[in-house]
Formats: sequence, C-alpha cells, structure tokens
Amino acid sequence: MMSPPDDKPIPMSPSSETAAASPSPASAMEAFKDDLLKPYPKKVARKREKQIVVNQNKPNISLPQIQANVRTIPGIITQRGCTYAGCKGVVLGPTRDIVNITHGPIGCGYYSWLTRRNQTKPPTDSDENFIPYCFSTDMQDEQIIFGGEKKLKAAIQEAFDLFHPKAIAVFSTCPVGLIGDDVHAVTREMKEKLGINVFGFSCEGYKGVSQSAGHHIANNQLFKHVIGRNNTPHPGKYKINLLGEYNIGGDSFVIEELLERCGISLVATFSGNSTIDAFENAHVADLNTVMCHRSINYVAEMIEKKYGIPWIKVNFIGAKSTAKSLRKIAEYFGKQELTDRVENVLSEEMPAVFEVQNEIRKRCQGKTAMLFVGGSRAHHYQDLFEEIGMKTVAAGYEFAHRDDYEGRRVLPDITVDADSRNIEELHVDPDSDLYNPRKTPAQLEILKKQGVEVAGYEGMMAQMDDQSLVLDDISHHETERLIAHFKPAVFCAGIKEKYAVQKMGVPCKQLHSYDYGGPYAGFKGAVNFYREIDRMVNARVWGLIPPPWEQSAAATGSPGTLADEEDPDLPQSHARRRTPVAGSDE
Amino acid sequence: MTTPLSLPVESHAAASSRNACKLCTPLGACFVFRGVEGAVPLLHGSQGCSTYIRRYMISHFREPVDIASSNFAEASAIFGGQQNLRAGLLNVIRQYAPRLVGIATTCLAETIGDDVRSYLRDFRRDFPDAPPVVHVATPSYSGTHVCGFHEAVRGIVDQLAPAADTPGAPHDAVNLLPGMVSPADLRYLKEIFADFRLPLILLPDYSDTLDGQTWTEYHRIPDGGTPVADVTRMAGSRATIQFHSVRAEPATAGRLLQDRHAVPCHTLGLPIGIRQTDAFFKILESLTGRPTPPPHAAERGRLIDAYVDAHKHLLGLKAVVYGEADLVVGLASFLAEVGVVPILCATGEKTSHLARQIAAVAPQRPAEARVVEGVDFLDIETHARALKPDLIIGASKGYALARKLDIPLLRVGFPVHDRIGGARILHMGYRGAQQLFDSLVNEILEKKQQESPVGYTYL
Repeated sequence: MMSPPDDKPIPMSPSSETAAASPSPASAMEAFKDDLLKPYPKKVARKREKQIVVNQNKPNISLPQIQANVRTIPGIITQRGCTYAGCKGVVLGPTRDIVNITHGPIGCGYYSWLTRRNQTKPPTDSDENFIPYCFSTDMQDEQIIFGGEKKLKAAIQEAFDLFHPKAIAVFSTCPVGLIGDDVHAVTREMKEKLGINVFGFSCEGYKGVSQSAGHHIANNQLFKHVIGRNNTPHPGKYKINLLGEYNIGGDSFVIEELLERCGISLVATFSGNSTIDAFENAHVADLNTVMCHRSINYVAEMIEKKYGIPWIKVNFIGAKSTAKSLRKIAEYFGKQELTDRVENVLSEEMPAVFEVQNEIRKRCQGKTAMLFVGGSRAHHYQDLFEEIGMKTVAAGYEFAHRDDYEGRRVLPDITVDADSRNIEELHVDPDSDLYNPRKTPAQLEILKKQGVEVAGYEGMMAQMDDQSLVLDDISHHETERLIAHFKPAVFCAGIKEKYAVQKMGVPCKQLHSYDYGGPYAGFKGAVNFYREIDRMVNARVWGLIPPPWEQSAAATGSPGTLADEEDPDLPQSHARRRTPVAGSDE
Repeated sequence: MTTPLSLPVESHAAASSRNACKLCTPLGACFVFRGVEGAVPLLHGSQGCSTYIRRYMISHFREPVDIASSNFAEASAIFGGQQNLRAGLLNVIRQYAPRLVGIATTCLAETIGDDVRSYLRDFRRDFPDAPPVVHVATPSYSGTHVCGFHEAVRGIVDQLAPAADTPGAPHDAVNLLPGMVSPADLRYLKEIFADFRLPLILLPDYSDTLDGQTWTEYHRIPDGGTPVADVTRMAGSRATIQFHSVRAEPATAGRLLQDRHAVPCHTLGLPIGIRQTDAFFKILESLTGRPTPPPHAAERGRLIDAYVDAHKHLLGLKAVVYGEADLVVGLASFLAEVGVVPILCATGEKTSHLARQIAAVAPQRPAEARVVEGVDFLDIETHARALKPDLIIGASKGYALARKLDIPLLRVGFPVHDRIGGARILHMGYRGAQQLFDSLVNEILEKKQQESPVGYTYL
C-alpha cells in the first residue's frame, strides 16, 4: 500500500542531449562555471568565484566551501531585502496580536504591509488581529531635523487608545539611528506608562548584508522582551514549539492539524498563526523543532542555553520529509503510544499522496528545476520536486549563511566580518530557576545514534547531487545564463525575478509568497504543490513563446563605453551580447 | 475583525499613519525613469528600498523592473556614499550600457545630507564619456510618490534641456506631460496625437517598458521610452500640455519650459470623463487648426449614448474616491457627469487645493459630501461608514474597506495587485471614460443581480 512510485534515473542535465559533447560530467559543470565567470572583470569574478560552487557530494569527501552572507556589490541588482524587512516583515509580521509600528518615513511600512501573505486564524471574529493594519509614524522633515521620539510616543499612545493591544512593537528604519532617536528609551517609558509590553528593534535597513541581519535582531529582542514571561504549565502531552514557520499560504494550519492528530501539543509557533501569549509561554515546551534554520536558529540556541530545551531540525515541506519529521519527534519523546499514533496518521495520509505522485510523475518525470530563494526554501522544496521525479540542477539562497549550505559543522570556521559584528550576540546563562535539561547527555547520544541529531543541520549541499551547481545571491547575468544553458522546466524564485524569467519562456514559481497559492506543507500541501507544478510546467502557453536561445544569436546594442576601473564592477557588455558557452547550444 | 473605531470624523488627527493612502517619494521617480528610453533607475541609499519598490511596481505591472542600488553599509551611512555611488554607477553602466541613469535618493542618503550633486560633478570629471546622469532628491519624509514622480519629470527636463534662456531650435512637436497614468493611457494619448497628425514628445513614456511583449532575445532594458534626444528638444517645442489639478505650478516641468524657454504651457486636469476630455481635445484642435478626427468624435458620441443607456442604474449613487489627488479630481468630474455623487474624495497627499478643485468639477454635491487630504485608510473608513456609499473607486488597497462595507470596488490607478491587467486599465479620454463607465455600471448590476431574490437575466 505504501510503495512509492518507480524511481527512474534522471539525467543530470536536460540539455545534455543537445549540448556539445564534453569529456566528463564533472568537467562540464566546472567548464560552465568558468564560462559564467568569464564576462566578469577580475575583481567581481574573484568574488563570485567563491559564491558559485560545483557540488562535490561523494562518500568520504567533505562538501566544498561556499562564500555566503557577504555584501552585494553596488549597482548589481540583488533580490535581497534589508534588515528592517527581515525583522518586521518576516519574523514579527505573522503574529496577530502585537501592534507593529514602523518608526520612519511612509514607504517602509507601506511596502511591508501584508506582502508576505502570512495567514492567521483568531479563535473568534472578536479576537484581536492586527495583521491587516500597517502603522507608521510617517516621519516628516520636522522629525528628521528635531528628532522623532515625540511623534513615536504619540503613535504608541494612539495605537494603544485605538486597540488596547497586549503588546506594541516598534521597528526602526534607516533615518532613526542616524537622527539619534532612542527607540528603546521610548518603548521603556511607554511600557511603564501603559502597563503593556512595549519593545523596540534597532533594525535600520542598512545594518546588515540582507534581511538575515533583521532575523537575528528580531530573535534577540523576542528572547529579551517576550519569551519566558509566563510560566503557566501547558496541560498537553509531548509539548513542542515550531520555529521558523511563517504560515505563508496557510502552511501552519496544515502542520497544526497534523500535530494535533498525532497527539503532539504545540505550545508556540515562531511565528506563523501566533500570539504573544504563546511566545511568552514557549519555554514550557520540551522540544524545539526548527523549520527555517536561517531565520530562527538563534532563538532555538538561546532557549536551549537558558531553559535546557533541545532543538531538532524538521521539515514539513514534502511528504517524505513530513513523515520523517513526525517520526523524529516521536523518537525524541520515545513513547510507544506516540509512535503508534504517528504511524497511524502516516498510513492514513500516504496512499492518497502516492496516488497523486504516480499520476503527476507521468508528466513531470525527468524534468528539471532550479531554486533561488530564501534561507531554507531552496533546500526544502527540492524534496517536493524529487517526489514527482524532478531533479534540482542548480540552487542557492538569497540571504543564507555558510551553515545553511554546508551544515552546522562549519560554524566554528565562519569568518566574522564587520557586518556580522554589527549584530549583537546575546550572552545567555542557564536560568537559575527554570533551567531544566529535558534530556541527559547520554540520552542525547542515544538519540543521535537513532538518527535524531540534536542541534544538527546538514545543510542544502549534503542533499544535492554531486556536480549540481550551487550559487549564493545569484545575479541577473547568472540567472539568464543558467536558464539558457539548462533550460529548466521551472525556476523557483520571487516576484522580482518572476516576469524576467517568464519572458524567457520558463515558468517561475514564487516561493516567497507561493504565487498567492498554497498551502504546500504536510501531505495536503505536497499534493497541492505537485498539482500546481504539473499545471505550470505543462501549460500550453509556453509553446507560444519562442525562447531566446532558439532565436538567431544576433548581437544587438553596444557594450559599455568605459574602461575598467578599480571599483568593484560587472561584466562589460554581456548586457546585450552573449558570448558562446562551451557545452551549451546557443 | 470588527474594529471599534472612535476617531474624530473631520480630519486626520492621528500622529501616525494607519494603512497609508500614499507611497514613498523615490517610487514615483522610478516610474518616470522607467519611461525614458534606455534608462536605468539607481536608488542612492540602502538596498532594501530598491527591493521594496521593485516588488511593488512588479506586482502591479507584472513586468521585470530593474532598479539598481548603491547598497549603503553602516560605514557609508557614517562617512557618506560617494564610493558606493561611483561603484554603483560604473556597474550599472557596464552591465546595462544605459542611455541615461536616473538617480533618486533614499531617506538614508538624504538624512546624512549626502552631496550627490558634487559626487556627480566628480564622476563626470573622471568619466566624461559616461551616459547622462539625472539626479532627483526624493526624501520620503517630504512628500509622496506623486511628488517624486513630478520632481523626476522636472529634474529630467531641467538637467537635460538646454541651459536657461537658450531658446531651443523650434520644431512642430508638442510636449505632453501626462502625470502618473497607466501604460494603456499613454498608448491612447499617442494614438490621439497621431490622429491629429501632431508630433509628440511624451514624458515619461513607459507604455512599452512597463507593459511589454514577450522577448525574442534577452533584454536588460526593455525597448521603448522617451528618447533622451527628444527630451533635449523639448525646449523648442510649440507648446507643452500638462495634466494636473493640484500641483504647485512653479514646480512643474511645463512651467519651467515656459519660464526658461518660452514654450507656452497649457495646464489642465487629467482628461477623465467627457468634460475634461473635451477641454483637452479643444487644445489639440486649436494647436492643429483641425477638428477632432472622426474616429474620436465617434467615440465621444458612443460614450454619450452609453451614458443615456445606463443612466437609470447610476443616478443618485454615492461613491468613495481615493488615491492621487489629480486622479481623484478627474474621477470626481467623471462621476458627477454620469450622476454618481462623489460623496467622499480622499487623498494621502497634502495639497490644500483638492477641495477647491472638487468643487469646480462636481459643484452639485449634498451638504454632507466631504473632501479630505493627508488621510489614511482608517480615516477613509471612518468617513465612509458615516456616509454610507454605494461603491468605492480606487487602487487595490481599498479592497479591505469594500469587503467590510460589502460594496463594489472599481479598481483604478496604482497599485492594482489583486487583478490582472493593472497596466491596461484605461482612465483617460472618451475611450477611457467608456471603459470606466461600462465597468462601473456592470459592478452595480452584478451586485443588484446577486442580491436579487429573482435573479433576473435581463437588466
């Protein structure tokens, strides 16, 4: 009943049939990388060379090193966002009962207003839900010159008068740090005055390499100001927190339902479909499960240190991974009753999933995908493609760090640069009253032998094939060349890339906002995703677009007119002219 | 959730903005730069601004929109962004081979007082062959996206047209400065000029760049846009026509061309609805000495015929109109002539002219009708609840209100990110009025039909 569909071997490159003959697959990919770098001036090529890696995934050979979390060069269009976006938009945005106030000019608040499509479900219509609201202090000249603290105080008071929320959070935009506003002094004062939790974030946009810095700042403040404020014991059994799941397209709802059916109690989710009450109570759980390692591992680590709650990496994207994650949780708690319930749920869910997999494989088997998104999705979604017979030939993150690519074993070797030093590292000691290690070191050792590694994450590259291509913070130039060379059946990215990719005749699936679809988590979500990918890659509309690489390779336009400079710079002329690439059929 | 709102009704008393009815200044500038041929916008400041603005423009236009950034780090925020701007410019120039780089500043660069003008002088000294670079100061703490739009148009004309008092070589073309309208509007305006056989310099012209075709080859910069050479010729044009109702006149590009180069400037509100469009066509008739070309006269005739056909469905309905002040004036004028009362006219801008302009285009409104400026969507909701409108006209951000009040939302303007075809919404001229009118009536009929217990199929 639970037999998976046939696993047919998948060719490494879809273009291999049409590509010029190469000596061996290994050198073909290295050759492609060389060609990719060739149009860049030396300095840029040197930088990109380290951020583009041909994966080596063989027994007894360690994964190659990749450079990540370094600044994008000015003038190169990046898909990355800012520190504020990571803090306000990603981590705090999905919580429904905190009033979030953007302290700054109007744009930042407006652009982060509901754009991530986080869903939330208040128990009743009269329960608080501030997600549809976008509060901003709407800074004007006057505040830039004379300071904005007064206006911020008034805005906090106004939000309080309007909604009487349990908590108010304040997010700093670029000008705030520069004009010397002390948001933390203001929030302290207002917390005292209003008698509710009011806290601030110094998440000015320019502070980090990308939104990743904002995640870290958000984690720190959640830990300092929210987690651990309520010690009420949770009545449930097998208590866990789910970290790094943001309920895009309703993913959290699917996961919540699955956990409930398995008899696992969810204390808090950071931060899909969440409330501040749940955050405050999160330290009473007995296990932290981490979905998006990049955005939330800091909280997992700090909770472990202060309260003794171990964390494990889970992934509810993909049927196989969902099953594996549920089994991991059951193994951690080590109770037969729980294991039985999990197995029961799996046997209820899997047949329907396999049925759809089998149907869709008929149309998708052997096709290829590329994923350039996020800090975890480019990894997690490879599972879903695998399940319908599609191979990921190239992938990379927008804002991840080395550990998300190579696994946490490289953590001690990661260089700390000025940008990383910019973000506060909280020093955390065990809580004198509440520290309670949930497992002894011996128990953890046994769990590890059973495949449940505490505080472990293998990263994306360990899952990707030998000779697949990994690119960090991919550029436009590289995107175009990758698409022309591999002709993937689908390219996964965000809205900023979507229409450029589709102009090239390749469907682009948004994995930030899910193209306003979803859910994709759990078993229901997996089926949703299979069907959507099937519809996208097999849509007849692509037949109407002759892809650029099938056109006569007429070079148009002229190259840039300037000589090489010392400044960091970009390829000359590739904008309008394409150099032929060995191994491609341009 | 039902929000317990107890706000004062008459004005925006709030210290903060709650669900803003305006966007930020550099976004408007990016619109304009995308409408110049071969131009690439570059935001001087933090990278998040270009990412946010790109995602907003892309979600409306559903087209690639490249906007570069000079990617400030903490050090540039402290010591100034000259090195970043220089590197950014060089990389954009090498990568895109642009014909123009349009620089708009973000709040970050403006707050630290970065001297972009002097940076650009140094840059020009070191790279005399570089393509023209236009710079517009667009701090978001001063004005809205509409200001950024008009500042950029003025900046382009100011920095590319010949120096003051130099008369441009005279030619027959007419400058048209249409304001922030849709690509469909721009295409239609070009068609009108062509039919009048009147040469046109349209600035900006993003009719192709932000509503393009599929590609047969790679494009870093989409085809289309106002040629830079045309901008430099604007000083010698026969006349300028600019559409706006509420801008401070001395700050407009049309006025600049008149004052500096003696190009006569005709200013009129956005030609939305018959009366405003008649005023526009009258100017074209007088400039060309030709009558309105027959196809356009016929469109006008059909429009009036349609007004007659459907008048019974609209008479006495009350509408909430919000958005850019110029658009609100145009829509109010259209509504008034088809019998719908613009019961609430609202904008996030602060112009202090809106009430006067609305009074001029829609003089017969009941006493309770309101015109409000500098408001956000919570203010609009408070007013709307008191005024009990039958429909709402504006961009997608009003959907939440339409849903709460259970009345139709007719989507116009920017941003429209919950429907396909935001770029192809036609607002202007007889044809635009026809489309607005049909959509408006059909929204009303749809609701009537849905709510009718009988479900009539003849309406």
